[in-house]
Amino acid sequence: MSGTRLTSGGLIDRARRIDFTFDGRAMQGYAGDTLASALLANGTRIVGRSFKYHRPRGVWGGWFDEPNAIFSVKTPRGSLPNVLGTTTALTPGMEIKSVNAWPNARFDVKGALDLFNPWLKAGFYYKTFMKPDWHLFEPMIRKMAGLGALEPDLIEGYTSDQVHATCDLLVVGGGAAGLAAAEGAARQGKNVWLVEDHAALGGGLYRMGGTIEGLAPADWVTARKAAIENAGGRILTHTTAFGVFDHNLYGLAQQSALDVAPTLYRLRAKDCLLASGAIDRPVTFANNDLPGIMSLEAGIEYLGRYGVLFGKAIAIAANHSQTASAAARLRDAGAAVSLFDPANGDLSATGRRRVTSLRQGGRAEAVDCVLASAGWTPVLHLWRHAGGKLRWDDTLATFVPAQAPKGMAAIGAANGIFDLDQALAEARACATGEPYSPSPPRFNLTPTLPKPGAKGRQWIDFQHDVTLDDIALAERENYVSVEHLKRYTTLGMASDQGKISNIPGLAAMAALTGKTIPEVGTTTFRPPFVPLPLSLYHGPHSGQNFHPLKRLALEKLHRSSGAALGEYGGWLRPAWYGNQPGPDAAQSEARMVRAAGGILDASPLGKIEVMGPDAEAFVNFVYYNTMKTLKPGALRYGFLLTEKGVVFDDGVVFRMGPKRFVISSSSSHAEGVTGLLESWRQDGNDPDRVFVHDTTNHWSTVTVTGPKARNVTRSLGLDIDLSAEAFPHMTFRETSWNDVPLRIARVSFTGEVSFEVSIPASKVEALWTAITDAGEPFGVSPIGIEALSILRAEKGFIIIGKDTDGETMPHDLGFTLPRQKKSTAFVGDRGLHTEVANEPDRRQFVGLSVTGDAPLPTGAHLVEGADRRSFGIVTSSYISPNLNRPIALGLVERGAERMGETVTLFHLGKTYEATLTSPVAFDPDGARIHA
Amino acid sequence: MTSKYSAFSVLREGLRGQSGWCKAWRSPKPKAAYDVVIIGAGGHGLATAYYLAKNHGITNVAVIEKSWLGGGNTGRNTTVIRSNYYYPASSALYGLSMKLYKNLSKELNYNVMFSQRGMLVLAHSEPEMEMAARNVNAMQLNGADAILMDVADVRKKAPLLNFSKDARFPIHGAVWQGSAGTGRHDAVAWGYARAASALGVDIIQNCEVTEFIKEAGRVCGVETTLGPIRADAVGAAVAGHSSVLAKLAGFKLPITSYALQAFVTEAMKPVMDTVAFSPAYGTYFSQSDKGGLVIGGALDRVPSYGQKGNLPIQEAVLSGLVEMAPVLAKVKLLRHWAGIVDVTPDSSPVIGPSGIDGLYVNCGWGTGGFKAIPAGGYLFAHLLANGTHHEFSRPFDKDRFVTGRLIDEGAASGIAH
Amino acid sequence: MQLFPCPFCGLRSEGEFHFAAEAGKTRPVTTRDVNAEEWAAYLFDQKNEKGATREVWTHLPCAEMFIMSRDSVTMEVLGTQTLRKLPA
Repeated sequence: MSGTRLTSGGLIDRARRIDFTFDGRAMQGYAGDTLASALLANGTRIVGRSFKYHRPRGVWGGWFDEPNAIFSVKTPRGSLPNVLGTTTALTPGMEIKSVNAWPNARFDVKGALDLFNPWLKAGFYYKTFMKPDWHLFEPMIRKMAGLGALEPDLIEGYTSDQVHATCDLLVVGGGAAGLAAAEGAARQGKNVWLVEDHAALGGGLYRMGGTIEGLAPADWVTARKAAIENAGGRILTHTTAFGVFDHNLYGLAQQSALDVAPTLYRLRAKDCLLASGAIDRPVTFANNDLPGIMSLEAGIEYLGRYGVLFGKAIAIAANHSQTASAAARLRDAGAAVSLFDPANGDLSATGRRRVTSLRQGGRAEAVDCVLASAGWTPVLHLWRHAGGKLRWDDTLATFVPAQAPKGMAAIGAANGIFDLDQALAEARACATGEPYSPSPPRFNLTPTLPKPGAKGRQWIDFQHDVTLDDIALAERENYVSVEHLKRYTTLGMASDQGKISNIPGLAAMAALTGKTIPEVGTTTFRPPFVPLPLSLYHGPHSGQNFHPLKRLALEKLHRSSGAALGEYGGWLRPAWYGNQPGPDAAQSEARMVRAAGGILDASPLGKIEVMGPDAEAFVNFVYYNTMKTLKPGALRYGFLLTEKGVVFDDGVVFRMGPKRFVISSSSSHAEGVTGLLESWRQDGNDPDRVFVHDTTNHWSTVTVTGPKARNVTRSLGLDIDLSAEAFPHMTFRETSWNDVPLRIARVSFTGEVSFEVSIPASKVEALWTAITDAGEPFGVSPIGIEALSILRAEKGFIIIGKDTDGETMPHDLGFTLPRQKKSTAFVGDRGLHTEVANEPDRRQFVGLSVTGDAPLPTGAHLVEGADRRSFGIVTSSYISPNLNRPIALGLVERGAERMGETVTLFHLGKTYEATLTSPVAFDPDGARIHA
Repeated sequence: MTSKYSAFSVLREGLRGQSGWCKAWRSPKPKAAYDVVIIGAGGHGLATAYYLAKNHGITNVAVIEKSWLGGGNTGRNTTVIRSNYYYPASSALYGLSMKLYKNLSKELNYNVMFSQRGMLVLAHSEPEMEMAARNVNAMQLNGADAILMDVADVRKKAPLLNFSKDARFPIHGAVWQGSAGTGRHDAVAWGYARAASALGVDIIQNCEVTEFIKEAGRVCGVETTLGPIRADAVGAAVAGHSSVLAKLAGFKLPITSYALQAFVTEAMKPVMDTVAFSPAYGTYFSQSDKGGLVIGGALDRVPSYGQKGNLPIQEAVLSGLVEMAPVLAKVKLLRHWAGIVDVTPDSSPVIGPSGIDGLYVNCGWGTGGFKAIPAGGYLFAHLLANGTHHEFSRPFDKDRFVTGRLIDEGAASGIAH
Repeated sequence: MQLFPCPFCGLRSEGEFHFAAEAGKTRPVTTRDVNAEEWAAYLFDQKNEKGATREVWTHLPCAEMFIMSRDSVTMEVLGTQTLRKLPA
């Protein structure tokens, strides 16, 4: 028969009708319905098909314990896969589709697979599909597997908010125990948060009927809510506490509608009361997966919360002490109810596409619905996340809390207390710390556990089609450890993560092996407690908010000058200027620099201050090169090494004064270098006598380079003699410009006369404008990084990380002296004398020249012998616009002694030829740099 | 009883209620002495036992395991198998592993579902493409089947990815290894366990080493929770806990243990046919045969023996994933977990003598031990049988930290920082 | 997300911290002869304790390095200690 919506009762709003479709059929529900309650009210029995056998399946549970009701849902905003029907609120216009079924759940062509079930038992795929080859079978198996399909549409604005918060006490669960506890704690002045995953507070109260402390459930709940909020407590509904993480961090996910991304709360709670309730345990009997068989809790939940009676002739298979009251409620609603005690003998259901009768021994009742409960299982996932222990309770036939994790206590049904009055007394005492003497529990049951060998197909895990036979097979084959059982049979690995199948599975294995259930063990519960959209973790870290770029103070001016911006070492920098294609622009800019000059925004160059009485010794220690001889006003090129002796960074050191240096690390490495300096400052040095401070972002740098650089720089009108004699290469001056402090250095990465002008970042726009204006009459204009890369390669200047790798040591780059002569200790000194550092075959820095116009491919390997052994790599390669020929740099075994040798190169299957040369292709005497 | 697995035996057992299957492996009580005792019944330990028996005829072998076999990182990883390495030593090692994996199902008579669906390592800029070319060339010269793909080819392989030019890290191309893929991790452990057990190896679960038995400075057995077990040679393959065992035995290792997290989503119909890894987004994923996306990323920041995940890394990895494939924002995370990995200074494994006579180690696989199981077992068996290295394991001896001959794949790609 | 107590800034989120090294290692004096084994042991060997550990951490925003004692299994912070000399 069809399900019936009662004319009154429940929390639904009968004034607000909601139209939706299921597998194309138009249906109606009400505001307050879940997909599952609305489908049940419309008489839908088959909501989907099982994973392996494509068995017809109906709704089993009332909330997060549901294994079957999973749908693809399209809302007016977009499509969502694998939507759990029992916890998702129905909203207007939803198109609901069953999954794992074609054309639909009622008539699924793959339903015939069930006939092959004798062969498709646990782990059958480990025993076959090997010949001729797994790849022959895999595509078909992949297509068969999977639940819903992922539609490619992106939902506009589907982005999670992420919130940080703290509280004194987190109460998980807004049922009777949680509300009472939260009220008690809030009244004591504690900062209390209470989270409830339903839309409404009250938990199981709506199932029970009757009154609570003299009030109707809804009125009692309203009173508690008001008391909590008046005392300053905070209540979040639609909110699941999904995980406990280190140091009392609780993950909360609040989701009010399916197509709105949930909000993540990272809540740091000093204490937590777990009032997460309990869920029904299935009774394992023959054909217990037929549509129409539900948990007892679900049956009365649909009645109490949604006003849906799902059967006229209902059999209840349960024997716990609250069975009778459940039966009474169902009878009051108009159902005929028959009672079966599962402990009295093996049960079996019959029916094909739905349950039609329930039998026990000689007794058979024709029914359209079976509500079964083997008892209640406390929901203790968070308890386990936090490291709490569990204890098997024989009388309740379930796991209950044992040793508590720090800062957590369980109350109410979560603590195995299933009588309401006792749960309330315990909750209040627990929250307020008042004394409490528990009365003996009235709740009782006769345990009913799965019986291996019982007749018929007895389902343990509904979604994954794991039956008692599969567990017996696992035992027969020695997959007896609980983890082997789980993994071999896939028990508990479906989307419900074993919430209802775990205990029956363990009990079956215990019975098979003659062990107790605790001896078999329990699998670890892993977060998240319920499946959650990845959006929750992603939050707003989207696009440019994901690893944000570092931006130049001059970005606006670069853009207005037509710069093409690109990412270089984490900075957004001009790659080139103007409308030409990039490579052409870079060629013209590089040509312009050597003909007249160019202007470069070099602001990402590091500017790390090192000062204090020990600064000189410190800089001398961290640098490979001797720095203590550096005179104030001068600067020196050098390497920072790792302790392995590998080049970590290169750059120049400015000596500002006797006790002050500025380290100009290479662009984009300022943070790494600062970190390295800091760690050495505090390790083996006296941090009170030397100080390191990164000012890279405080200073911007504009470099003028080229034969006309001096003319252009002169027009700034600085009070400095810029002549080569007065201001030689590798020196610097400090002055001011328009009352702004300014530092100007003669240091060059192009091989041309260069002036590197640094100024506080807030003033750099004026400087840039003055310099570019001054450049114009000389034919000097801005250049980007691409041109700079060519210019420095013409000169054989390296870029760390491009022309060096994680093995390159300074002597591979031709800087041998400190390794042999430096007498004081320095970082990397011992690493430069390991066996590998002394190898004669080390890869050394070289240039490569080719005949013809085509440049060598960057990344090509130098190869030798029949086995094409790699003995080097091309690290940089360009067409030199100033030499009108290709140039390249590389690292080559014994490169320094092989100049002039012709070598073979390999790149993506092709071979090339080149000649090893000096890395310096342009102006080898360096005359221009000193001009 | 049915011990051989085949389509025919599955058919026959189906007809008789699956009643005739043998135990996959025996669970014997430990003997007093063995020729070789291997500590750790993970993939590497079980494979070592199997190759000792098969390649070297040494069958008087016990594999002892403090918990359940295959329960460490073998059962916790993201199952990627690849050999796209830069250095010849790495390439030889992982190439051997791929070769053994390729025939493993047939050899073990256990379907380990090695799915050679190919793997993309994405490049997100022109400099990254140059580096990718350098790596592809090295791989091709090493004999691996890597190629450099442009963005159009990548799109064909994995249309799910974010091909927008406005992406934070736009895709420029990828390194593709067609023979790479995934395997069924549990099946690898179970398959080796079953095959080793059939050759006479004793697999002893729930047996923890409490002490090493030493005579005249030489290890000649172990004290365990099930009593003393003597052995001519002891091999330790206890990923995640190598330092703990080293302390017990009295030698030092260059290892720091970290938690490495993995993630799986709910099952979906096929949407992703390959493995895709983006170093820039810090994440990689594939889709299991069951339909769930299997996701991995960076190590946790804090050295740890706690086998549980930590929210900051979850957020980092999953944010990267959603940036890499935005449609996944609405896909639901089902479960996440962590394994403890041994990380060496060069992120390459340590195989070799421990420094104490009679005791050998196989450890330090870091984040990538699963793909190396067959080779790790093969080479470790050679070492235990002969007392000397196979040429492929020689470079991975821990003496490389003294000579400085590190095998640092990360540094090879220019990541010196 | 763990909370670590910087001795200078108080409890801060783990993302602000960087694990520097195990505590207790002193750089050999490299101006004298340091043999290869001694150097390798200094540079590479780790105690990697399971349980109570003593480590050097850096709090990145204030750049201060300090000693932190932790439990590497439970992640409990057992205490922190500055590396600065106490004023005389």
